[in-house]
Amino acid sequence: MSNKLILNGVSKSFGTNQVLNELSLAINAGEVISFIGASGSGKTTLLRCINLLEQIDNGSIHLDDVEITKLGVDANPIRRRIGIVFQSFNLFPHMSVRRNITLALTEVLGKTADEASSIANTLLTRFGLSDKIDSYPDRLSGGQQQRVAIARALALNPEVLLLDEITSALDPELVGEVLDVVRELKGSGITLLLATHEMGFAKEISDRVCFLADGTVAELGSAEQIFTAPTDARTQQFLQRVISAGRLRG
Amino acid sequence: MFLVPRMPRWDRVKKSFFNWERLTDSFPHLLKAFVLDIKIFAWTTPAILIVAILIAIARSTRNPALFPVRIFVIAYTDVMRGVPVILWIYLVGFGVPGIGMDRPWNSPLIWGSVALGMTYSAYVAEVFRAGIESVHESQRAAARSLGLSSSQTMRHVILPQAIRRVVPPLMNDMVSLQKDVALVSLIGPIEILRQAGIDKAKFANFTPFIGAALIFLAITIPLTRFTDYLLTRERDRTGASKVR
Repeated sequence: MSNKLILNGVSKSFGTNQVLNELSLAINAGEVISFIGASGSGKTTLLRCINLLEQIDNGSIHLDDVEITKLGVDANPIRRRIGIVFQSFNLFPHMSVRRNITLALTEVLGKTADEASSIANTLLTRFGLSDKIDSYPDRLSGGQQQRVAIARALALNPEVLLLDEITSALDPELVGEVLDVVRELKGSGITLLLATHEMGFAKEISDRVCFLADGTVAELGSAEQIFTAPTDARTQQFLQRVISAGRLRG
Repeated sequence: MFLVPRMPRWDRVKKSFFNWERLTDSFPHLLKAFVLDIKIFAWTTPAILIVAILIAIARSTRNPALFPVRIFVIAYTDVMRGVPVILWIYLVGFGVPGIGMDRPWNSPLIWGSVALGMTYSAYVAEVFRAGIESVHESQRAAARSLGLSSSQTMRHVILPQAIRRVVPPLMNDMVSLQKDVALVSLIGPIEILRQAGIDKAKFANFTPFIGAALIFLAITIPLTRFTDYLLTRERDRTGASKVR
């Protein structure tokens, strides 16, 4: 299997706070990989670095064997190939759902308004939101907004999709509808990277699970192995806490 | 309110400020002179808005290569805001035509309006900049993550939200500009305030000033109410339901 993404000794600090510490990892094409770990372990920063929203201090990131973090690489064409969905949705409040999705299609990919609109329509129908196409984001529920955000990212047909704790800001009863969308994406050929606190879901959907601690990969293995037989002491401790908080059946 | 008419010299004030006959006499002159105010307002406003947005954008850029541009616009806003409007009108309105320009470019009217526009663009730029900075960083992140360039992000995502937010303070500045147009009269052009002054001198009566005030109010109040209406409509269209 070929490597879609390779991270090579990636480090990132904010001031004196070292968030990523020489993190190295290879991710296969079409793989679903979940990043778990305590708050502040670097999950979100890692995804933002891959999307080039943050500039890394050291190391390198490669997409299809091309270094994307090299100085002078134009970030815009790379970002089209790597989509990201945020914890707080970040839809554009002054635009209708349709325009949220078509904006990058018309402005970045140069599609006509009709082409873009029909892509938006197809995606929204697929996610059960076709009746919301002319609504404004503030009129939608959190779950609906997040599904629109996923549709917006998918509209550009990215090869990699980064999902940054996409259910953390949702009411429990709305989590399911968003996770259903992610389930549907698995096996479509897209490479999925999830930062998540939904352990049950991570266990169910992931090919591999990566436990992050202190800004680096503490343990990496199949979902089965990480959740049932973790070897790293920090992973064991973390999962113990998660289980006692009732977020994962032991 | 009720006490004023009981003051000992009310009668005299009433006669020299609230004289119905003088008001109806001077009103047509005033209205005619007011056309010039509206003209000055009409050509300075678009120029101010455009220059101000450009200044605000220049100040909000993050490209290190544009550092000199940022320094320039910061200096511009500081200097323009730091000197009284009236001084700029004198300096530019009399100074620039003095360097030997030909008609019609040596008119104090043109350069007075330019001075007004320069000062106001500095104020309005700060309003726009506040708006730009009030748009949350996550909006920029979302736009950039979709592959939009920084100028596309500014144009489609940041500015439209920023401008909506600053409409009330912007209106404030526009109402203020509408009135400061009268300052241009100090270097010559006969607009409403000067016309009122002329009429006052002619009849030795202050009522024309009251007439001028009424005319200003007749424009500024509907203007403000209209903006309020537009804002409410926009909020109803895009916003979540209101909390009571």
